Amino acid sequence: MVGNYGYAGVWVLVGIGFVLFTFFFARLIRPQRPNPNKLKNYECGEFPFSDSQLQFNVRYYIFALIFVIFDVEVVFLFPWAVVFKSLGLFAFVEMLIFIAILLFGLAYAWKKGALKWV
Amino acid sequence: MLELNVIFEAVHRWLEGILPQGLVTLISALGTGGIVLAFLSILALFLVWWERKVSAHMQQRLGPMRTGWHGVLQTIADGVKLVQKEDLIPSTADRPVYFWAPVICFVAAFMAYLVIPFGRGLIVQDLNIGILYIIAITTFTVVSLLMAGWGSNNKWALLGGMRSAAQIVSYEVPLTLSILGAVMLAETLSMVGIVQSQAGGFWNWLIFRQPIGFIVYYIAATAEANRTPFDIPEAEQELVAGFNVEYSGMKFAMFFLAEFVNMFTISAIAVTLFFGGWNAPHPIFNFVPSWIWFMGKSLVSVFILMWFRWTYPRIRVDQLMGFAWKFLLPLAFLNIILTGLGVLIFRN
Repeated sequence: MVGNYGYAGVWVLVGIGFVLFTFFFARLIRPQRPNPNKLKNYECGEFPFSDSQLQFNVRYYIFALIFVIFDVEVVFLFPWAVVFKSLGLFAFVEMLIFIAILLFGLAYAWKKGALKWV
Repeated sequence: MLELNVIFEAVHRWLEGILPQGLVTLISALGTGGIVLAFLSILALFLVWWERKVSAHMQQRLGPMRTGWHGVLQTIADGVKLVQKEDLIPSTADRPVYFWAPVICFVAAFMAYLVIPFGRGLIVQDLNIGILYIIAITTFTVVSLLMAGWGSNNKWALLGGMRSAAQIVSYEVPLTLSILGAVMLAETLSMVGIVQSQAGGFWNWLIFRQPIGFIVYYIAATAEANRTPFDIPEAEQELVAGFNVEYSGMKFAMFFLAEFVNMFTISAIAVTLFFGGWNAPHPIFNFVPSWIWFMGKSLVSVFILMWFRWTYPRIRVDQLMGFAWKFLLPLAFLNIILTGLGVLIFRN
């Protein structure tokens, strides 16, 4: 079993190795003549007027919170889905209640205007 | 007949005869990784050319014609050009973040192929949580897009990165929920198990029992891959190119490659979950090798994604978010509930 996931570990290294190799290969044959004007940030021809790593209004902050809630829910739903056929009606009603609570939360967020992209 | 897994199994047996077990595992992990990388590179070369031809013909143009027969060598020419391009890193960029973003983007796309069943027995590792693994690993793309956006220290890139994070995070939820319906019917998370549960003929394919699930999956997956009509993060006309504005040369090529790899990944998952994977539509077609069925179905799906691009206009950011949360998410829940009811009613 560990061997199966060991493949994943080797594959990460293979993937990174492939990308780094192509970067290295390109470095060998490409020109390298930087000058200050080339290294400016691209702002459609204007001179960049401020640093871009500024305080930024992350608009999807609420979305991200709702996402976390639903993603955790999905983690609970997957094992349920796999064994659902053998569990039958009881598990179905249980999961309906679980989903209903979360949908109620979604409806609340919707009502409060949290789902509006401003 | 021409089943490819025979070759791989023969090589594996031969290696086991001459080398110790641990080394065989390591070599086969490296070897399969290499083979898949080669496959993906060739596939991307083909898909880029194909996308250009499809878009051209949909607009009554010819597209690339000069390089080889109908321009088949165009992508190779583009690749040669990209390798020779100077690699400009903005002087204000956050260099480590800027450097690792394309690496993570490509590796996340590549890792999904560990569990994609290309044909009967033609799967690298049949993990018992296959589909969950794909969802988990491909989500790393969003990290790389955020890194690219932030590390470039460019306002367009930052906006693109932030938008793509919002978009991918929002569409992730309906995407995973839409898969649940298929999992409930197949009773397994393993990709091979899901395909085997649809064997026998096209009437066993899950598309006929999961039409809503399929529609939700396809829309959400298109958004996950940042394809038009959901290509807000790149939006050429407003964000110039979004998160990859400041990338050039091979670093840009990696983002580009990852996009086409992702396009094939979502098609492959759609085929595996809803269209019977490597199974022939009818048992009388079983003489055709299974990998041909899989590739054929996947390429049809890729073609449909390209068709989307030239059919639908890009949608606005607020509409995009509203669509995910107010339409797709309730629909995905409805699908789960309907599937559950269906299973309970028709179980006996």
